[in-house]
Amino acid sequence: MLLIHCPWCGPREELEFRCGGESHISRPSPSATVSDTDWGNYLFTRKNPKGVHYERWVHAFGCRRWFNVARHTATHRIEAIYAMHEAAPSAFDGADAL
Amino acid sequence: MSGQIARLAQGGRIDRTRPLRFIWEGRGYQGYAGDTLASALMANGVTLVGRSFKYHRPRGIIGAGVEESNALVQLGDGARSTPNMRATEVLLYDGLVARPVNCFPNSRFDIGSINNLVARFLPAGFYYKTFMWPDWHLYEGFIRRAAGLGKVARQADPDRYESRFAHCDVLVVGSGPAGLAAANAAAASGARVILADQDDGIGGALRYEDISVDGQAGADWAARIGGAIAAQPEAKILLRTAVVGYHDHNSLTMVQQLANEAECAADPTRARYRTWQVRAGRVVLATGAIERPLVFPGNDRPGVMLATAARHYARRFAVLPGRRAVVFTNNDDAYRTALALAACGVVVAAMVDVRDTVSADLAAVLDARGIRLITGATVIDTRGRKRINRALVRSARGEEWIACDHLAMSGGFNPTVHLFSQSGGVTRYDEAIAAFVPGVSVQDERSVGAAAGAYATKDALEAGEGAGREAAALVGYDVLPSTAPWTTDERPEASLLPCWQVEGRRSKAFVDFQNDVSVGDITLSARENFRSVEHLKRYTTLGMAADQGKTSNVNALAIMGALTGRSVEETGHTRYRFPFTPIPLGSMGGRNRGELFRPRRRMPAHDRHVAANAVFEDYGGWMRPAYYLNFGETPHQAEQREALAVRTAAGLFEGSPLGKIEVKGPDAGRFLDLIYANTMSTLRPGKVRYGLMLSEQGVVIDDGVATRLGDDHFLIGTSSGGAETIVAWMEEWLQCEWLDLDVLVAPVTAAWGVLTITGPKARTILDAVGTTVPLDDFPHMSFAEGTVAGVPARVFRVSYTGETSYEINVPARSSAFLWDVLMAAGQSQGLIPVGIDAWMVLRTEKGFLHIGADTDGTTTALDVGWGHVLKKKNEFVGKRSLLRSADQRADRLQFVGFAVAAGESPLPIGGHVVATASDGTALSEGYVTSTAFSPFLKSAVALGMVRGGLARKGETVRIGAGRAARTATIVDPTFYDPDGERLR
Repeated sequence: MLLIHCPWCGPREELEFRCGGESHISRPSPSATVSDTDWGNYLFTRKNPKGVHYERWVHAFGCRRWFNVARHTATHRIEAIYAMHEAAPSAFDGADAL
Repeated sequence: MSGQIARLAQGGRIDRTRPLRFIWEGRGYQGYAGDTLASALMANGVTLVGRSFKYHRPRGIIGAGVEESNALVQLGDGARSTPNMRATEVLLYDGLVARPVNCFPNSRFDIGSINNLVARFLPAGFYYKTFMWPDWHLYEGFIRRAAGLGKVARQADPDRYESRFAHCDVLVVGSGPAGLAAANAAAASGARVILADQDDGIGGALRYEDISVDGQAGADWAARIGGAIAAQPEAKILLRTAVVGYHDHNSLTMVQQLANEAECAADPTRARYRTWQVRAGRVVLATGAIERPLVFPGNDRPGVMLATAARHYARRFAVLPGRRAVVFTNNDDAYRTALALAACGVVVAAMVDVRDTVSADLAAVLDARGIRLITGATVIDTRGRKRINRALVRSARGEEWIACDHLAMSGGFNPTVHLFSQSGGVTRYDEAIAAFVPGVSVQDERSVGAAAGAYATKDALEAGEGAGREAAALVGYDVLPSTAPWTTDERPEASLLPCWQVEGRRSKAFVDFQNDVSVGDITLSARENFRSVEHLKRYTTLGMAADQGKTSNVNALAIMGALTGRSVEETGHTRYRFPFTPIPLGSMGGRNRGELFRPRRRMPAHDRHVAANAVFEDYGGWMRPAYYLNFGETPHQAEQREALAVRTAAGLFEGSPLGKIEVKGPDAGRFLDLIYANTMSTLRPGKVRYGLMLSEQGVVIDDGVATRLGDDHFLIGTSSGGAETIVAWMEEWLQCEWLDLDVLVAPVTAAWGVLTITGPKARTILDAVGTTVPLDDFPHMSFAEGTVAGVPARVFRVSYTGETSYEINVPARSSAFLWDVLMAAGQSQGLIPVGIDAWMVLRTEKGFLHIGADTDGTTTALDVGWGHVLKKKNEFVGKRSLLRSADQRADRLQFVGFAVAAGESPLPIGGHVVATASDGTALSEGYVTSTAFSPFLKSAVALGMVRGGLARKGETVRIGAGRAARTATIVDPTFYDPDGERLR
């Protein structure tokens, strides 16, 4: 079970959170100009890396705020937690230990 | 005392003043306080304790702790009976009842042992290869009944289980020398320390080894250090507590045994197990090592035992594993067993060592004891039906049968890396000790002592203390200067000679005792190309028994490596998994069972429904009246009576669970236009509009009404099931996608009680109780705020029944009062309470959608006849998906009604619309989703989804309903009052 540092409430058990999947996916719009391929990619194509994954979480049983998490998918180490409007950080020390 | 033929007159850490009676396989025996079931059985001369899983071979106790693979017992009787407990871990108590598993009628004479006679026809994969024709499922039932160990109690589990969370700075797993030193050093700094041990006392190997530490007997030293740890205010020692899981971010699961079945039976308030979820700053793994059996022909006869276990019984329990022993080893450690047994008066007939030379020192000690040492030798076969009676030893001088009733074996040790591996750490193979040891760590932990491959007690103490100090310092405590180096009286050990398998005579050489996997099975697996350890495991079931291969895994993969020309390291091992040792299912549930499994939610006027004789059912966690039963009525009659009352007079329905979300802010209208498929921003204050919410796939996820309370203020109504998900859905869009919108959403579902009064008499009744709402100027789909019977209320004229309805929202605490006032005023008008069943009849007649009942995860807005939303200019969630060609196909499943002839019974829900394909086979063209008998129309009505249904109105179709076929006509879904005149 992960220990997630909610930016508003501090460290809390994973039980209190819900993961919303990959973050930084831009929503294509307006509908009339979006190709089927682009829309399909937006809906279904995800990175699924072995390594640092940028995803969004919500403190569902707490403050109900969303935020971004950079989590290593092999070690589950959380490399960074940052606001929804912030760009993804990069280059973490030791992230490739495995 | 008379029966304890294998018990020494003195010694051991048992209390001879407290004899305990117990029953094994229907016979009475006696042991002592401090015994385990295993030691008490051995003391009474019981060596045959069960039958093996597949061949039903006689088996005896092989170990002395968590590693035991043979002595599985069915513990206790009746509802408290527990299968597959390891006799080596069951503490004896007065009145204990146990019996072996997997044998009938008893362990001495077992019918299933016929399997052993045909063993060569039962190789790995036998069942799957043999029972393939015509179909495995034909045989599965018989085979499954014959398989398995032990029996689960048929009654509900009467025991109590607890669970709790704990946080600590340092968690130390294992209280052997390394763990004690670590916990002591960390606790001395003031850190919050938990020291957990699965055994019933601290000390680990010091409980039975003849080692002194700092000039004290090992057990005395352990007691002294344990006392020092316990004296620290922030430290805690938990015994009988197995750490079974090492999860992410230093979260660990422990299961603590609090009481045995007899104690729980005597006092029902006592809990049997407690599950701990621990979050630790640092973890010190001092989990020790488990001895490896040697794999030689005939190594599974009762009387053959791990060498450490043999001396464990002799020294801790004063129980002799035999009178005449052979010790078979590839390392120095087993010499301790030979000496310990000899010291207790056992004749050690031979010390058989696979190594060609042993240290002069050891040889001299043996010689002084008169023990014959045979080097460069192996045991290649054994004899004895229910107990070993001789062993065949092969050496450079030839082969020789040596009489014995006990054989102690040691193939070296495997560090217990299970928790380390669970933590995500990667092991490495250490050639010097021929074992896997912790390699790269990924979490904040350190393995010490035997768990790290450092078997010498002095090394374990020093590593333990270092790890304890390091852990405390890393979490921020000032550590004290190190104490003087530890001293022990252990002699240094020479290295072992890896010995994975002994070639020999006919007898089977077992690798996995619990699942009956022999060398032959591994050879077969290699021959059939199941060479990866993961394939080997699944093909032969090796390591898949309740012991999860604690004694067998490394031997097996080394044998597989040898067969396939790979080193042990290249062969690798399977990932160790949670739980380390079997845990009771009840311990995972804790208190969350029965009434506490999920909190029941009661509506604000709950007591009124009880008084009205409601029959409750669970709807999304809410206890809601399904119907109100009058004397002598059937549930169906009640439903019909209630539905008819709404059509002819009036009904009162509590709808408090309906979701209510307030949406406020300058951009509230813009936001709702994005969230709803239809437009909400054009709604005037005081007006209500029905809407659909879609997922990004265009699928209908919820429906309900939106009300404009003010220019920048809306109240959103969702289905009861969507109350929580829709507010989360809105928050996600606002916080993650449209951060520029100035909108706040607030869930207010539980703040308001909802009473809906509906029917032709509804207005009269509402008028009678008195309201400030101007009923003359209050058309369908409007909203007013005011009072009803003096209670502040939000009143909505919306309808799910097709009749004039007033949905009255009042502060939750006023719901019961309003219920009483309305019922009293409505009595003369024929007002009765209405439950969910009648509610569903009414909305089905009216053709109103029930999201999740009529729709599923593929139903789009277009499928329910909402094509007009695509004319809307602005964007909304799910719009782009509706533009896909697949979404616009005419042959999609679409929402329709089904009419049947007068007098026919309702169609079955789930009945398929059956058509015939071009090749003559039957084909489904849709299905029935909702049905009811309409007491007003006096006919059955139904809703459903049909391929291209919107264009097929009037067509007669065949409905497959089990064996009976029905016919129905596809119609518009609105059976009752299609023009909505009743609502005006």
